[in-house]
Amino acid sequence: MTTITDQAPRERALPRVALAAVAILLALAVIPSFTALYQVQLLTYGLIAAIAALGFNLLLGYTGLLSFGHSAYFGVGAYTVALVVAHLGLRSMEEYLLIGIPVVAITSAIFGYICVRHTRIFFGILTLAISQVLYSLALKLYWVTGGSDGLRVPRPTLFLGLLNFSGSHGFQLFVRSYYYYVLGIFVVCVVLMWVIVHSPFGKALQAIRDNEVRARFIGLRIRRFRWIAFLVSGTFTGVAGILWVPLNGLTTPEVLYWTFSGEIVFTALLGGFRNFTGPIVGGIAFTYLKTYAVATTEYWQLLLGVVLVTLVLVLPTGIVGAISRAGQWFGRRNAVT
Amino acid sequence: MAIFAIQILNSLLYASVLFLIAAGLSLIFGVMRIVNLAHGSLYAVGAYVTAWLIGAAIARHVPLGLLFLALPVGALSVALIGIVIEPLLLRPFYRRAEEYQLLVTFGLLQIFEDLIRLVWGGTPLSADTLIDALPILHIGGLFYPAYNIVVIVIGAVAAIILWGVIYHTRFGVMLRATSQDRRMASALGLNVELVYVVAFGIGCFMAGLGGAIVVPTQAAVLGMGVDALVIAFVVVVIGGLGSLKGALVGAVVVAFVRTAGIQFFPELELAVLYLIAAGVLLVRPTGLFGTA
Repeated sequence: MTTITDQAPRERALPRVALAAVAILLALAVIPSFTALYQVQLLTYGLIAAIAALGFNLLLGYTGLLSFGHSAYFGVGAYTVALVVAHLGLRSMEEYLLIGIPVVAITSAIFGYICVRHTRIFFGILTLAISQVLYSLALKLYWVTGGSDGLRVPRPTLFLGLLNFSGSHGFQLFVRSYYYYVLGIFVVCVVLMWVIVHSPFGKALQAIRDNEVRARFIGLRIRRFRWIAFLVSGTFTGVAGILWVPLNGLTTPEVLYWTFSGEIVFTALLGGFRNFTGPIVGGIAFTYLKTYAVATTEYWQLLLGVVLVTLVLVLPTGIVGAISRAGQWFGRRNAVT
Repeated sequence: MAIFAIQILNSLLYASVLFLIAAGLSLIFGVMRIVNLAHGSLYAVGAYVTAWLIGAAIARHVPLGLLFLALPVGALSVALIGIVIEPLLLRPFYRRAEEYQLLVTFGLLQIFEDLIRLVWGGTPLSADTLIDALPILHIGGLFYPAYNIVVIVIGAVAAIILWGVIYHTRFGVMLRATSQDRRMASALGLNVELVYVVAFGIGCFMAGLGGAIVVPTQAAVLGMGVDALVIAFVVVVIGGLGSLKGALVGAVVVAFVRTAGIQFFPELELAVLYLIAAGVLLVRPTGLFGTA
C-alpha cells in the first residue's frame, strides 16, 4: 500500500501505469471477438464483481473498516431496477442507472451514517445486522418483492433505445453489446476510484486508517470522512448491482443475504485488499473460480471455503500482493547479480 | 389463556436454544476475541449428528430411554471438532488483524455447510421419536410435549453450570484472567494455549448441545446453521458480546419478540429483530451488559 517509499517513484510510475492500463483495456476490448458467447458473459460478470469489490475496498483497504453488509447496496441496486421495471415499465439501461444510482447513494448515506459510529468488529456486525433488515424485508414482503421467487428483469435497451434486443438473435447481440457497455462503466469506475484514493480525501482516509488518533489531532473530522467513504463505497457496489440484474435476468433475496457480503469480502481478499488493483483482479478471478467450482463439483462451497482458508493462511496479500512481492524479489536478485 | 401459556413456553424453548448458541459465541469472543462465523454451522453439526445417531439407534432397536444419550454425544462430538480446529486453524490468527479471523471462520462456515451436505445429503433428518418417548402434557385443554419442558430445563441448567464454572471455579479464574490480559496471564504462568482450547471446546459444546436438543422439535435442515448465526448475532449484540448475562437476557428478549412477531406482525418479525439489534448497538455500542 501507500508507504513513504511509495511516494517518490510514483511520478515516474504514472506513465507506466497508464501504459499498462491501456494495454489491459485493449486486451479486454478485443477478447469478445474471438471467444464464445459464454466466456463473454462470464467476463461481464467478472467486471461487475470487480466494480463491487472496488467499491468495497475503499472501506476495507483505504479506510480500514470491514463491512460485512455490502450485499445490501448490491441488492438495493438490483431490486431498484427490478421494481422500476415492474412498476414504471421502463426498459432503458440509462433510466435504470439514472434512478438506481441516487437510490443506492441515499441508502448508503443513511446506513453509513448509522454504521460509522463504530469501528472494528462492531462496525462489521452493525453493517451485517442492517443489511439483514433489507434481506428479511425482501423475503417477507412478497407482494412487493416476489419473496424468495424474486423479480424478473427483461433485457433492457442500451443507449436510450438505440440498441434494441428483441429480435431472434437478441440474446447473443445483447450479451456482446452489454459487455462493452459494462466495460465502459467499469473504466469510468476505475478512473473515478483512482482519482478518489489519490486525492487529498483518499490520503485522509488512509491517514485515519493508519492512525486514528493522529488523524484527529491534525484536525480531520474522522466520522465525516468515514461516512463519505461509506457513501462512495456503497454507491459503487450498488452500481454493480444495477449492472448485474439485467444480465442475470432475475433478482432474488440471496443477493441481500449476509453470505453474499462474505463473498464480496472474499473477492477483495483474493485479489489483495492492500493495493488498488487487487479487488479488480479479485473480482474477475473470483467469478471464474466460483463458476468452475460450481461446474466441477456439487460441493463447490467446500472448495471455495478451502481456497479461502488456505488463502488467508498462505497468501494474506492476495494474488496481486503475491505477484508484486515475487516481482520485487526477482528485481532485487537481478540488481545483486 | 392456555394459548398464552403455551406461547410463553414456546418462547422459553426458543430462548433456551438461542442462549446455548449465543453463550458459546459470546464465550469464544470474550476469551479469544474472535467472532466465530462458523458457530452456527457447529450448531447445525450438533443437530445432524444427534438426528443421525437417533436414526441409527432406532434402526438397531435400541431401547427408547437410551436414545437420550444421543443428545450429549452429539454435543461432545461438536466439542471435539472445536478442540481440533482451534490449534490447527485459529491459533495462527490471534496476532493478526481481525479481518483475517473473520475470513478464516467464514471459510470454515462454507466448508461445514458443504460437509454437512456431503455426509448427510439434502433431505432433512428428523428425530421426533424423542418427543414421543416422553408424555404429552395437558395445559388448559391443549396438548404440549413434555420434551419441550426438558429443553427449557436443559437451557436453564446449562446457564447455571456455565455461570458456576466461570465465576466459582479455579478454571473460571484462569479463563477470566486470560480474557482480560492474555500476555499478563501468560507471564504469570498460565497455560494460555490450554485455556484457549478448553474455552473454544466449551463454546462449541454449547453450540452442539443447542443443536442436539433442538433437533427432536424440528428436523435438521441445510442452512439452519447460517440462519441461526445471524439470530445469535442479534442476541449477543443486544446483550453484549462477551457477556454471559447478556447472552441470557438477549436470548429471552429475542425469543419473546420473535414469538410475538410471528403472532402479530409475521412479515416484519425478522426485520424488527435486526432493527432492535441496530438500535441497541447505536445507543449502547457494547450491548446491554457488555464491557468490551
